[in-house]
Amino acid sequence: MRTYLLRRLAQSLIVLLGISAVVFVILHLTGDPTLLMLPPDATAEEIARFRRAMGFDDPLYVQYWRFLKGAVQGNFGNSLRHDEPALALVWQRMPATIELTAVALGVALALAIPAGIVSAAFRNTAIDYVSTVVALVGQAMPTFWLGIMLILIFSVGLQLLPSSGRGGVANLILPALTLGFFTTARIMRLTRSGMLEVLGQDYVRTARAKGVGEPRVVWKHALKNAAIPVVTIVGLELGTLLGGAVITETIFAWPGVGRLSVQAIYNRDYPVVQAAVFLLASIFVLVNLIVDILYTYLDPRIRIR
Amino acid sequence: MDASGVETLRLPRTAAWWHSETWALTRRLIRRRTALFGLVVLVAVVGAAFLAPLLAPFDPLEQEITQRLKPPGGTDERGRVHLLGTDHLGRDILSRILFGSRIALLVAFSAVVIAGILGLVIGLVSGYFGGRVDDVFMRLADIQLAFPFILLAIAIIGVLGPNLRNIIIVVGISGWVVYARIVRGEVLSLREREFVQAAIAMGSANRRVILRHIVPNAFTPWLVIATLDMARVIILESALSFLGLGVPPPTPTWGGMLADGRVYLSTAWWLATFPGLAILLTVLGINLLGDGLRDTFDPRLKV
Repeated sequence: MRTYLLRRLAQSLIVLLGISAVVFVILHLTGDPTLLMLPPDATAEEIARFRRAMGFDDPLYVQYWRFLKGAVQGNFGNSLRHDEPALALVWQRMPATIELTAVALGVALALAIPAGIVSAAFRNTAIDYVSTVVALVGQAMPTFWLGIMLILIFSVGLQLLPSSGRGGVANLILPALTLGFFTTARIMRLTRSGMLEVLGQDYVRTARAKGVGEPRVVWKHALKNAAIPVVTIVGLELGTLLGGAVITETIFAWPGVGRLSVQAIYNRDYPVVQAAVFLLASIFVLVNLIVDILYTYLDPRIRIR
Repeated sequence: MDASGVETLRLPRTAAWWHSETWALTRRLIRRRTALFGLVVLVAVVGAAFLAPLLAPFDPLEQEITQRLKPPGGTDERGRVHLLGTDHLGRDILSRILFGSRIALLVAFSAVVIAGILGLVIGLVSGYFGGRVDDVFMRLADIQLAFPFILLAIAIIGVLGPNLRNIIIVVGISGWVVYARIVRGEVLSLREREFVQAAIAMGSANRRVILRHIVPNAFTPWLVIATLDMARVIILESALSFLGLGVPPPTPTWGGMLADGRVYLSTAWWLATFPGLAILLTVLGINLLGDGLRDTFDPRLKV
């Protein structure tokens, strides 16, 4: 058990190191980050001064080492636009993104798991077909289009809900639904297929043979076992959600990290982009580590490996 | 006892009606029909892309300021019908959607080929040789998966500049992980099979074993993934276009049309609605076809 956790921890650290390398490389893709970060009308003297100030004259490995040292200390340099530490800017926006992602995930789980269970328990009935169609459409629906359609219906048409900004619960409804829909569809299909598999197992038949009532079979005997793949995917879905947040936040003018990074890319404010990408990827790694640890409690077989 | 004198045994009907054989057959039929539907949609989209110049009622770039924001079904002064309306520059939306399918399919096809070949090679090497190589590639896969992909893609394309080539390269290179993992898994199990062991025992070179014995057997799952991956790429490409980091205007892209339409949401709903429907339908078709392929050829595959 302990070796498993240690190995998992070491893996996570390697992944974080890899992430830092990728984030560093982004800026050097064109060869000269200076031209990328300065406005096109900058003079040669300004360019030279900026290059020296940022240390872009040094060999790449020196620059990477400096970047890595900074990143470990949470220092990604100052935002070129706001003259504030880049990480501080990203950090300020983090609560909004976490709020949105957490609510979206919560909504997705609250809708998808019961729907998946009911779908499996009433396999091939009207209920099952309806939820399958919803899931199929949900997986094919681009996030940004769903967001726009929801705005069109609920904000422009019915004028029930606000279409932008952060504030009360009303502001949260449309963005959370938009962000969570794809995940809902995926978890629903996964829960359904997981339940169908489990419901065909011998121990379920035994439970039924013993005279255990159907609801108890489904909720007590089957669900816990069907939950294992769902728990794994929840960790991975977080990546989808954090990525989706970039688009959802842009559509709904939600003041989170995603919107900040899109604006930073438009503004060529690369320290902020680097800080945001690094932070979001790190959160993803951390959550997946936690999921794996939880997993060993759910499925004791893993501890042996 | 019936009239013929034969005693028939009447078994109690334990199975519910949906377990009956008729239903099972119907279900199979429905399942095949969804795959068929997917195929039809995909063929239609490919047809639209190839025949866009013939099918499109208007030039997709033709601006007609007097005709701007005409609702679906509106006609211009010469009596030509804008079936899906016009956009803020008076361009015909149907024509733009038809031409937009070209970019969507071009990116989807090219990126899937790049990702698929890259993933196939990595999966083969990783699974066949194992050890250190395998460890390195699987850690790389973890690193790749840790990024909120869209954010990484927009960061890279923001740096490199948005154009067709860069989009295909970025989307293609970033997609290898799924292929590599599935192919690797296939290779691991194929390696232990008798025919592969026999080939190795007879002294076949690694290259021959891989190309003659492993690749043909790992192809079906690869094809299923490639089909489903096209859907991912189409959504990604339109998301990039939506954020203004796709193929630059005036080339019509579905995502770009949506972004334009977003501005006119309160006055002209059709601008954003129809391009999105095109994406939805295309992606749905591809997904259904992919699911059908998987169920028919490789039901064990979990994707």
